[in-house]
Amino acid sequence: MLIDCPHCGPRDLAEFSYQGDATRTRPDPASTDTKAWLDYVYNRPNPAGLHREYWQHAGGCRAHLVVERDTLTHEIRSVAFARSADSGDAA
Amino acid sequence: MVERASPLGGGFRPGSHGDFADGNGVTISEVLKGSIVEANAWPGKEKALAESISATCRLTLPALPGNGAASREGTCAFNIGPGRFLVSGMDEALAGDIIAAIGDETGTVTDLSHGRTVLSIEGPRVEWVLAKLFALDFSLTAFPVHAGRATAHHDVFVQIQRRGEKRFEFYVFRSFARAFAKTLCRAAEDVGYTIR
Repeated sequence: MLIDCPHCGPRDLAEFSYQGDATRTRPDPASTDTKAWLDYVYNRPNPAGLHREYWQHAGGCRAHLVVERDTLTHEIRSVAFARSADSGDAA
Repeated sequence: MVERASPLGGGFRPGSHGDFADGNGVTISEVLKGSIVEANAWPGKEKALAESISATCRLTLPALPGNGAASREGTCAFNIGPGRFLVSGMDEALAGDIIAAIGDETGTVTDLSHGRTVLSIEGPRVEWVLAKLFALDFSLTAFPVHAGRATAHHDVFVQIQRRGEKRFEFYVFRSFARAFAKTLCRAAEDVGYTIR
């Protein structure tokens, strides 16, 4: 599997490390909603299809990325710097 | 004067090794750099950092992914990540000059002179040897002279700069340098290599 790093270009999967599900939204830190915290910390939907994930180009430029990957085919739909993706900008 | 000890050990012996049926494929040597620093820009300050490095090192460093430059004196710099540059030179005072030149408002500088080992590999078969180790395109068009790449070989992080058409420099963690040099030599055995 190749991931097209926005800084380095296409690189082998071995250079990247998975950093978790990027679809979660952190509840308000003051929230006492137990279910919301349980979902945030433990529950994962594990979809068969397109999934939004954090990856780090640990063996390269060390940038944190948001990758949209199809969990069935490993097709990479999009890759963006996490900083830009989280602030709503396209990278 | 205290002599600097090489981390490469006794196994890195000067001389000719491997299969010389077709001549010397590559020459491998350690480059004893006086200064190696990593400079990181705060977000939005990438251009200012590149300009500051350019002025201090007397070179022209574009703040673009993978780009690099070298000065006439042999000081060189290249991009290793978003807003991150590796700068090195033979002069031991260079690290201090760069730290003094880059202000807190632009970014941070870390002196890695003691923490990295630089290996040079050059020769007619250099691209062929390196293609065994890294999933990178080492052709001159994809990887021009002075350009840099940050990559890894089996979890050993390596930063590579092309210093000539047939010459590359590798920056590896000092504690991994001996193992990496061994790997490099092993990969060059079938083309014949000389250690200098």
